[in-house]
Amino acid sequence: MCSDEVSLRDEEYLRYGRQLMLAEIGEEGQARLKAKSVLIVGLGGLGSPLALYLAGAGVGTLWLADGDVVDSSNLPRQILFDGEGLRRSKAELARERLAAHNPHVELIAINQRLDAHSLPAFVAEVDLVIDCCDNLASRHAINAACVGQGKPWISAAAVGWQGQLMVRSAPEHPCYACLYTADTEIKESCQSSGVTGPLVGVMGSLQALEALKLLLGRPSPVAGTLRRFDALAHEWQTLRLPADPDCPVCGSHKDDQ
Amino acid sequence: MNIRLNDIELTLPTGQRLTELLAAQEIAPQGVAVALNGAVLPRSRWPETRLNDGDEIHLFTAIAGG
Repeated sequence: MCSDEVSLRDEEYLRYGRQLMLAEIGEEGQARLKAKSVLIVGLGGLGSPLALYLAGAGVGTLWLADGDVVDSSNLPRQILFDGEGLRRSKAELARERLAAHNPHVELIAINQRLDAHSLPAFVAEVDLVIDCCDNLASRHAINAACVGQGKPWISAAAVGWQGQLMVRSAPEHPCYACLYTADTEIKESCQSSGVTGPLVGVMGSLQALEALKLLLGRPSPVAGTLRRFDALAHEWQTLRLPADPDCPVCGSHKDDQ
Repeated sequence: MNIRLNDIELTLPTGQRLTELLAAQEIAPQGVAVALNGAVLPRSRWPETRLNDGDEIHLFTAIAGG
């Protein structure tokens, strides 16, 4: 018996056979994944591989949020979409594509750009939030909503040949605002500086990898660190990321301000 | 004293502050994060931070794309 009282159908035993073989997943872990729900904010270069892997792995419910439509400049890296989807809603297209990929997953399309006002209601619905968005304001809003509700959260970013990854799954872990304060200025965006397709694929896949660990009830070794990937040099850097006691979002002094 | 800034060795006046180093290198503080000896240094700690001989500093830009 599994703890989440979710049972698998015959077709699912066949479909998930290769991951059911893993000691860390097995039948109980698979049922656990099926009982979980995840909010994916942003269905671009990060969100595309992430959503495909989580749907493929049999995560029970995926909330798919993006307010954009598909543009031809998205296609080199946003592998959920193809030329037939131009000018259509990314959230709707993602729902269709993922439903065809795995009919056992419940999919909810949110065809809007979530912000500080709209995020908390969606965050409250899920077990895990994954930040795949493309701007600092949304990243801070996702962070604040997750910290406020004590919700685990995984964030990645990529521009040019540089990738960054962090995970927050416990109150003592640093939050996004411990790394980048609200007044941080972004000098490079994918629009202004470009980005390599496989790099966002790597970073989105790593988000999926850490997401599966958290959903299975395992710790993520990324938590408490910032992982930086220089794709051009193919070098990884692991930096310790202490929680900032003066952080206005998660810090012990936040209520004083 | 000698420090390393993004793997380049620099000679600085003893006891120089991190903020003085950023200013001397003409680095706008709003666009970067700082790691000192392998740990990200919260921005709230920057003004009080003095550098020591042998310190390893990594500066990296904030990125938000995806």
